[in-house]
Amino acid sequence: MADSELAIRVRGLKKAYGEIEAVRELDLDVARGEVFALLGPNGAGKTTTVEILEGYRSRDGGEVSVLGIDPARQASRLKEQIGIVLQSTGLSGYLTVAEAVEMYAGYYARPRDVDEVVALVGLTDARNRRINQLSGGQRRRVDLALALVGDPDLLFLDEPTTGFDPSARRQAWDVVRDLAGLGKTILLTTHYMDEAQSLAGRVAIIADGRIVAQGTPESLGGRDTGKTAISFSLPEGHSLPESFAAQQAGSVYEIRTEAPTRLLHELTDWALSADIELAGIEVARPSLEDVYLRLTGSGEAA
Amino acid sequence: MSGIGLAVRQVRFENRAFWRNPAAAFFTFVFPLMFMVIFNVLIGRGSGDASRFYTPAIIVFAVITATYTNLAMSVAMARDEGILKRMRGTPLPAWSYLAGRIIHAVVIAVLLVVIVAAFGALFYNVAVPWAHLPELAVTLVLGAASFCALGLALTAFIPNADAAPAVVNATILPLLFISNVFIRLDGAPAWIDTLSSVFPVRHFANAMLAIYAGTPLAWSDLAVIAAWGAAGVLLALRFFSWEPRR
Repeated sequence: MADSELAIRVRGLKKAYGEIEAVRELDLDVARGEVFALLGPNGAGKTTTVEILEGYRSRDGGEVSVLGIDPARQASRLKEQIGIVLQSTGLSGYLTVAEAVEMYAGYYARPRDVDEVVALVGLTDARNRRINQLSGGQRRRVDLALALVGDPDLLFLDEPTTGFDPSARRQAWDVVRDLAGLGKTILLTTHYMDEAQSLAGRVAIIADGRIVAQGTPESLGGRDTGKTAISFSLPEGHSLPESFAAQQAGSVYEIRTEAPTRLLHELTDWALSADIELAGIEVARPSLEDVYLRLTGSGEAA
Repeated sequence: MSGIGLAVRQVRFENRAFWRNPAAAFFTFVFPLMFMVIFNVLIGRGSGDASRFYTPAIIVFAVITATYTNLAMSVAMARDEGILKRMRGTPLPAWSYLAGRIIHAVVIAVLLVVIVAAFGALFYNVAVPWAHLPELAVTLVLGAASFCALGLALTAFIPNADAAPAVVNATILPLLFISNVFIRLDGAPAWIDTLSSVFPVRHFANAMLAIYAGTPLAWSDLAVIAAWGAAGVLLALRFFSWEPRR
């Protein structure tokens, strides 16, 4: 990929807090116009990395280019072109939605129209309500509106739907998809695998200050080429021929294979001829969560 | 838009938000008047002499409340809520944002001075020192600016929003008591006199009392206030934090 097609290019990024190395030799490429998700457990270096890209934090080493700008050198020029949605919302509750958006519009050289932005995040009906009268989901949309009003080329979304109910999450996802449709580059951090899977074109997993895997959600960590697990149980008194090389736990059998089509055919063929029902049969590829847990070496998907 | 234009624009939004919280706004203005009445009744016993002391003294208290106390508390809270961090993520120059807050604090301080001076003139017959208006203006601007700077510097030593009222009050209330503001220092032990002379509140009070008494303003008082203000600016520049402290 040519460098001019990259919205974000990071090479050998390093950052330590005292003795603790938060980011060690991290490389990252995000293309213009793509939605990129950064996954990783708390303390993996995710927030540190993003805050260096946003210009909040200095780095100890490595090269960083965001929209062709080094955040450490030209933070104010960069801020004209990016929008940031932080994890915690900080808003004066006494202004209305439209007033807050208008206030932020004034900080940018070429802001978008206030009403257009309010409509884009779906708050037109609430435009004249004070922010302290809004629900949590609506406030999060105000956050998004404030990040969008400067008409940024690149948006940073830090855990944009944490704490949302399922329908508010779907709505927020629709907004993100709309933004992607407008050609914005979006760097998203999230704890939710389904969020990364449904929004991001590419995903990177960060663990212990490094990128340990990256790719499309479908191919990450060998998901597309990895073994498929087929599981089922057999009625009592029946056993599976040795040739299937199944693993057995109680009455449940599991077969791992790289050729699931052929194996399923052979398995059902055997079951039909023996007149056996394969109870609870399931065919599963390794989920993004499986890959995540394996690569981050953590038992908890925090 | 220029940095100054942005600061002025910021004042408008701060002001709008301020008046939308009527309870807070009401008590900001009534608080110094309550103190004025209580001190006149309980300590001054209604004497004219006491009123001539308490009108300028409460003006000093009101300016300090509107600048040092209010700014330190509201900025510490805004920092904890992430408002400051979000501002830092926009192209708005940091100094424009802070200038906006400072100007708004000074506007409130000036309104308070007008209210307290009018209250003193109407209810306690304490003449407004019209003849010394230039000195009054200089003292007010210098005092308000210095206490704003000190308030911003103090936020660096406030660990979180919950601690803000305690830290702010612990730093300013004792000084208000020993600096010839709440209680007259006539006949106080010499060491109290010496101790309070180190801090800016005493000199702000000296200047305001001189203006109201029509005696010459001591430039040394203004110099001490300015020195503390400059120290506040330096501390704020060095230690001010835009992000919540954990």
